[in-house]
Amino acid sequence: MALMPERGAGIHGWGVYIPRFRIPMQEIAREWGWPDHQWRALGMMEKAVAGPDEDSTTMGLEASLNAIRRAGVNPKDIGAVFFGTESKPYAVKPSATIIAEAIGATPLTMASDLEFACRAASEGIKASIGLVTSGMVKYALVIGSDTAQANPGDVLEFTASSGAAAFIIGSSKGSAAVFEGSSTYVTDTPDFWRREGSPYPRHGEGFTGEPAYFAHIIGAVRGLMDKLGLKPSDFNYAVFHQPNGRFPLKVGEMLGFKPEQLKLGLVTPMIGNTYNGSALIGLARILDYAKPGERILVAPFGSGAGSDAYSLIVTDVVEEKRGRAPLVDDYINDKISIPYSVYAKFRELIRVVRE
Amino acid sequence: MGEWSSARVWRSRVYRYRLIAGRCRSCGRAHYPPANACPYCGSRDLDEVELPRVGRLISYSVVYATPFEDRDRSPVVIGLIDLGIARLVAEVVDVKPGDLRVGDRVEAVFRRIAVDGNTGLIVYGIKFRPVRVG
Repeated sequence: MALMPERGAGIHGWGVYIPRFRIPMQEIAREWGWPDHQWRALGMMEKAVAGPDEDSTTMGLEASLNAIRRAGVNPKDIGAVFFGTESKPYAVKPSATIIAEAIGATPLTMASDLEFACRAASEGIKASIGLVTSGMVKYALVIGSDTAQANPGDVLEFTASSGAAAFIIGSSKGSAAVFEGSSTYVTDTPDFWRREGSPYPRHGEGFTGEPAYFAHIIGAVRGLMDKLGLKPSDFNYAVFHQPNGRFPLKVGEMLGFKPEQLKLGLVTPMIGNTYNGSALIGLARILDYAKPGERILVAPFGSGAGSDAYSLIVTDVVEEKRGRAPLVDDYINDKISIPYSVYAKFRELIRVVRE
Repeated sequence: MGEWSSARVWRSRVYRYRLIAGRCRSCGRAHYPPANACPYCGSRDLDEVELPRVGRLISYSVVYATPFEDRDRSPVVIGLIDLGIARLVAEVVDVKPGDLRVGDRVEAVFRRIAVDGNTGLIVYGIKFRPVRVG
């Protein structure tokens, strides 16, 4: 087996943020005249909705503070801040600098907003592994955060939700989970896109599945397992990008994973698809419960299209870090149900004329 | 430029983003946001201290007559919050006013505090919300 440079890097802290508000699927179905089997087929129950004063930057900062609490690092030692999103509050002006300033990492740090649909943050993880193992930075902060947009009435509205995950990546020494290897698989595939100036994305309906989601995740995961000489049964947990509640179960089955390996990381049925947060909130939930020595497969996916697969081995440090910040389940269970009218107001689906 | 000029947003960013208070070396009390002189004893011998992010709600007002740009959050709750070494006034969010009680534990959250129309700056800062996590 080839020597993997990834083994020099690990996750020192993880943290999430999920907004308090939830809209049940029945609310959306009733408003737009969808039959109930439409959302049941997506494996969804309700989705998280950001409040009127929240955006991807605010949620990303909350997740970052939780990750820093778990990592116990001095923010001045964070040499890179990567912010992955497809719902930037500004078209031009980085969110990464706002977060870097708010955590106290400025001014001697890198700070970049990354774009690759739902896997921008995953590119940040890979870049961070390179920066850390080369010795260029001591710690990197990677954030995946989205207030996902959907055209009202589009089937995408059932799943597009809000949430964030953040990770502090540093040397494998002292980390809660060590990277074992990684693999990336990208092609030019037009499955889902949003043009400049357009408020909502468009998608290729059924085309988002087979040639996009499934082909790329399978390509990345098989590439990783070939590299590391591993098979599905060698992993305790597997977490994939979760555009709905069904796709990750199906791709897991196609790759030879059992439902028990997928259950812990599957969060979309309770909170919706948080886009850049999707697979990464699932990974955070696994770290909330995993035991030392267990192996985790994580494979984010982004439209356009690409997937990364990472293998991680949990260390005994995981247990002392766990209690330093709220768990993913704390956020999932902390909720206020809202009707469609409030959701429409919060997500600015109602046209208000401002001066 | 309107109320939130680039210079004003830039100058106040650190204190809006982080709970950094002024602490008086003379009388020992802290105040937020930091001022040039201690509001309690007038001393100008000050240093800075980062406040805890969790505290107690001492009192609050529910504001229905909000400016138009805050109508989407109306009614707005303004709370007086005790953070142990300092007290401050801040918006309390993520709660229906009827569910709020004096003495509730509240935690700092990072939020949009102003948005300058459709093309101007987004101003971020700290608000509070009832603790229900962890």
